[in-house]
Amino acid sequence: MTDLVLIDEEAVRRAAAAVPDPELPMVTIEDLGILRDVTVSPGGRVAITITPTYSGCPAMEAIAADVREAVETRGATAVEVRTELAPAWTTDWITEEGRRKLAAAGIAPPEPVGDRGRTPSGPVQVTISPRCPRCGTPRTRLVSRFGSTACKALYACSACGEPFDYFKAI
Amino acid sequence: MSGAPTAQLPPVAQYALRLGDDALILAQRLGEWAANAPELEEDVALTNIALDLLGQARVLLTHAGKIEAAGRTEDDFAFLRDERDFVNVQLVEQPNGDFAQTIARQLLFAAYQRLLYARLADSVDPTISGVAGKAIKEVDYHEDHAAGWIRRLGDGTEESHRRMQAGVDRLWPYVDELFRTDQLEQRLVAEGIAVDASSLRDEWHKRVTSVLDEATLAAPESSWTAPGGGRRGLHTEAFGYLLAEMQHLHRSHQGARW
Repeated sequence: MTDLVLIDEEAVRRAAAAVPDPELPMVTIEDLGILRDVTVSPGGRVAITITPTYSGCPAMEAIAADVREAVETRGATAVEVRTELAPAWTTDWITEEGRRKLAAAGIAPPEPVGDRGRTPSGPVQVTISPRCPRCGTPRTRLVSRFGSTACKALYACSACGEPFDYFKAI
Repeated sequence: MSGAPTAQLPPVAQYALRLGDDALILAQRLGEWAANAPELEEDVALTNIALDLLGQARVLLTHAGKIEAAGRTEDDFAFLRDERDFVNVQLVEQPNGDFAQTIARQLLFAAYQRLLYARLADSVDPTISGVAGKAIKEVDYHEDHAAGWIRRLGDGTEESHRRMQAGVDRLWPYVDELFRTDQLEQRLVAEGIAVDASSLRDEWHKRVTSVLDEATLAAPESSWTAPGGGRRGLHTEAFGYLLAEMQHLHRSHQGARW
């Protein structure tokens, strides 16, 4: 009977969900929609599915290690962390809670994306001006499409002068 | 470990390497701009684009290794193959030149990759469709970034216009290879795995010439066409130097880890 470990599935799920993103520690992997699934088999095996935000996101290996450690501290011994590419991550998966935390940290949350991702010849809509997370004005300008991490662009506010990160909508 | 020549691998593995090598080699080229770009934001932009491409390449090279089933990893494919076993198109290995030339290469390639991935997202191979479906969104940004610079530089000063046009002219001979198809590709098209590259040509032309028009630039009317052969492991002079830089650390210090 040594194989039978009593694991509280809900506690395991909560532990995995509470893992912070290594590059955006104010939000969890659940807030960002990176955590896709947690299952505990009757024999106590834990399977966790995560998905990368960007193909080259360097945080994925750290996230996989962190989530494994988090559930192991809840007593899980057989843990498998899988990475899935499809369906492709979208910023629409960021929760309301996640958006609130990003804004509170001075990062403008992404605009909704909807279905535009797969039209081969449609216009690229990356030019929507986000609101300044400090003063709330929409009068902001793009400084660089690529910011401090793959998932962010750099903006500046034309009203209050604040430079800020915008979480790119993809 | 080094393994069988690319041409002897199962067709899907070869196809995954074609896609993966395009991304890997362009990532390596773009990485050369780290700390060298005209402004800090461009250092960040070009290396972020490189990182996206490297992420795509890692999945595709790993996939090739799984299909081959001889134990080769992504690192084995990246660092232990020699020149003739790389099957990227020659466009991506062309030297960076000045910033305008790099940006021209970005537009020509990103427009192609965007159209290709949009179709590969429906591939019956789940890894290929997964990479493509995800990367479409990234490549949108790559194409938009390049198009923005081309408009600014083409429709900028006399000097920026001259250099931007020179960048387009320098790389145009390598465009034709993007749209050549071959037996291997056709076989995989029939199986629903691959996309017939020649079917992307017209749409590509529309996208690229509309950007060039806005930028007051033009596609060269008469240009020589490079003989190509990247998909068969034939590369241009610059490629060996690129490989030497990319591979020497791994080969000189086997098993080295960060």
